[in-house]
Amino acid sequence: MQDATGLLKETIMILRHTPQQLADRSALTVNPAKTCQPVGAMYAALGIHGCLPHSHGSQGCCAYHRSALTRHYKDPVMATTSSFTEGASVFGGQANLIEAINNIFAIYDPEVIAVHTTCLSEVIGDDLPQIINKAQAEGKIPKGKRVIHTNTPSFKGSHVTGFASMTQSMVQYLAENTGTKLNQVNVIPGFVEPSDMTEIKRIVREMGLKSVVFPDTSGVVNGPLTGKFHMYPRGGTTVGEIRSTGDSRLTVALGKLASAAAAKLLDRKCKVPFEVLDLPIGLRGTDAFIDTLRKTGGVSVPESLMTQRGQVVDVITDMHQYFYGKKAALVGDPDHLTSLVQFLTDMDMEILYVVTGTPAGRKFEEGIRQYTGEKTVVEYGPGADMFRFHQLIKNERPDLIFGNSYVKYIARDEDIPLVRVGFPIYDRVGHQYFPVTGYRGALRLIEKILNVLLDRQDRDAPEESFELVM
Amino acid sequence: MIEILDERKSQIYEKGSQTFELSCDKASLAGSVSQRACVFCGSRVVLYPIADAVHLVHGPIGCAAYTWDIRGSLSSGPELHRLSFSTDLRETEVIYGGEEKLYASLTELIDTYRPKAAFVYATCIVGLIGDDVQSVCARVEKEQGIPVVPVHSEGFRGTKKDGYRAACEALFRLMGNEDGGSVGPFGINILGDFNLAGETWIIKEYYRQMGVDVVSCMTGDGRVDEIRRSYRASLNVVQCSGSMTHLARMMEQAYGIPFKRVSYFGIEDTAEALYMVARHFDDPGVIDRTEELVRSEVNRIYPAIREYRTALEGKKAGIYVGGSFKAFSLVKALRHLGIATVIVGSQTGNREDYEYLREICAEGTIIVDDTNPLELSQFMMEKNVDLLIGGVKERPIAYKMGIGFCDHNHERKLALAGFEGMLNFCREVYSSVMSPVWKFSPARHRQAQLGRACDEQDGRAAV
Repeated sequence: MQDATGLLKETIMILRHTPQQLADRSALTVNPAKTCQPVGAMYAALGIHGCLPHSHGSQGCCAYHRSALTRHYKDPVMATTSSFTEGASVFGGQANLIEAINNIFAIYDPEVIAVHTTCLSEVIGDDLPQIINKAQAEGKIPKGKRVIHTNTPSFKGSHVTGFASMTQSMVQYLAENTGTKLNQVNVIPGFVEPSDMTEIKRIVREMGLKSVVFPDTSGVVNGPLTGKFHMYPRGGTTVGEIRSTGDSRLTVALGKLASAAAAKLLDRKCKVPFEVLDLPIGLRGTDAFIDTLRKTGGVSVPESLMTQRGQVVDVITDMHQYFYGKKAALVGDPDHLTSLVQFLTDMDMEILYVVTGTPAGRKFEEGIRQYTGEKTVVEYGPGADMFRFHQLIKNERPDLIFGNSYVKYIARDEDIPLVRVGFPIYDRVGHQYFPVTGYRGALRLIEKILNVLLDRQDRDAPEESFELVM
Repeated sequence: MIEILDERKSQIYEKGSQTFELSCDKASLAGSVSQRACVFCGSRVVLYPIADAVHLVHGPIGCAAYTWDIRGSLSSGPELHRLSFSTDLRETEVIYGGEEKLYASLTELIDTYRPKAAFVYATCIVGLIGDDVQSVCARVEKEQGIPVVPVHSEGFRGTKKDGYRAACEALFRLMGNEDGGSVGPFGINILGDFNLAGETWIIKEYYRQMGVDVVSCMTGDGRVDEIRRSYRASLNVVQCSGSMTHLARMMEQAYGIPFKRVSYFGIEDTAEALYMVARHFDDPGVIDRTEELVRSEVNRIYPAIREYRTALEGKKAGIYVGGSFKAFSLVKALRHLGIATVIVGSQTGNREDYEYLREICAEGTIIVDDTNPLELSQFMMEKNVDLLIGGVKERPIAYKMGIGFCDHNHERKLALAGFEGMLNFCREVYSSVMSPVWKFSPARHRQAQLGRACDEQDGRAAV
């Protein structure tokens, strides 16, 4: 192939570097299917109204996480950093953090500073509660303002567990049991998009229940163009609302990995019972969520939601011939994967591979297998990267792939349709505004799946069988 | 001016308002929403475009994940640089050390891809846990027979500039062990062009037409063998001087190669860069061809630029970029479009850079080092700019304010270097500043109302 410079370009697309032969690697990670904890903590913290996430580490961490979230949402993402230097790495980051807290309240005046650690500050061994107490004692934290923290060493877990840890810290620092029960339920939506959080709130409202959804990034990272730069957009769960979660009747935690920890702590700390459900993605995922709300609230499911559910079943019925036997491969985050796999098998699709870099554990695998059976390849943790995923695909070809933007290399290389879902999505819009959760989200997923499958059929059909009506 | 934190005041200057004392080269204030990155980031962006080497990030997964194919540095051949390799250090290695995992990873990596060289980036915790990266690299180098170069880029060990330095040292280490290939009498190295959107190719083509040999480009469309024989060139032409001057100095000392600082951005600077190289060789043929090249290119693009200027005359711009040398060229290029620069700043500029910016900018221009979004947005509001030039984190801030934007960083989609690049730049600025979308921005409504109110006060008919 000749390129613009006239140089002879060898026919090596990026991932032509991937050999088909599967070989176990003992150490190397190629093209990760996860990223580090702090970015998840930063994202969760953005879901508190008036909160400024703070990265306790080198300047680069903060810059990278902000860039990643900015690319994903195409919205400003604000966060501060302790700007570690050589000195801090020798003598500890206490001075940096106290100075940072002082400066942040002086310049940016947030309601809350949500500190997360990094690999650097963890290895140094900074004691965050002690530093925050010291800042408090020295009067660096103005009255009514809060500083919360979570530990997110990058050498443990993944971005998903980072999200879980920060959400748990919200409970630890902010939730209170006043002794007076409130007629509301807590919903922890998990590491999902702002559009999903909006949809989850809407469902609870339709059910006629009052709720506190936290964290809630809707209206924070998908705000409108107002002609002004807002350091703190309108969205986010307020500190007062999070405080009140200690008085709620029930917590519904959506997604085992991202939300269960906070729900459990809320039970321990404030005696709020909880239920952990899978993410409400697809028919049965949403059914379970709505049914839990119904039982808790002693309410019946309104006609509006039943209609939407009926529409989902209707569309699947109309198009089920196109789903039957289609082979899917998925890479992404555990909570999403579990619910997606359930939904896809409900639509009569066959699951070939499920891969996540997050060390999700045996339970995750069992969760997948209850829908797929034994023949599906499920890989997680070390070695479960996109290189591995690509090799698996080379060994048995799926009809479509689910994954984030990084999967597009594989999709292009193998010429397989891709449905973008997960984090990060750098090359399309929509995830900010349209949910994949709830019945509406199910409809959107069906549309996305059908679009790629039918576009492919249209592209490949010989002229005589190129169909108008499908 | 807007309210600024005391500690930041010395890093901001408004031309005409006070004597010029801008402090820079200092670490960011703890707690600021700095747009800056770290040492690792500096090393990674400089070495990244070397396409036939593997780049192994030694540390927890994040550093590798966030730098996976985020820079549009194009390659005309292998694309190993676009993959992400990491040792993905976990708790066990943090406790017991990561040397074994590094050794195993490097071995697996080199066995799988057979690259020309390997770069190993040491991230924050590697130094703290005491891994001897140097000796692991030396061992693998010996076993595999390819250069395995450690890059000391622990994030906290300074600023992005220190990362550039570490990258320069890594490049320097590769040099000298050449494996043949001829170098003509007019041989140069291009330093500090990263082939974003194919820019190196544009520049190389100019030199080809001039009869000048490009021995290597560091590091755009980079190849290990070219870098190895780069010491045989007779001139180093340095763009992005912030990152590459250190390497040019080392090469001057070790190999006696002189260097010149240039910019390939904008008409004057591109022409001056090419003339400077031609004058250096002082060959009538080269000089003739350069004059011919510049003449025909300028004639080709000038009419189009004038058309853009008609539309853009009188607009105002803010510039916030990584290196300040780039800012000089931008100020000049915008002038061709009739656009005045009213805010200009960089992440890593030094004193002389800012002094020079002060000279070329008009009265009232705000000059700022290491700014943050709050400051920047307030300056933009105060100066009422129509365009911001910056990088990934600045883009949405401008857009939210209803202001046009041009990416002059990693995410540029069009080549902005050379004469062709100037035309692309004009097109990009025009398409953003003149976009009909701004008609729907509340900011423009407010401005229009404000304008009408002023006009009425002045007794003039509102248009």
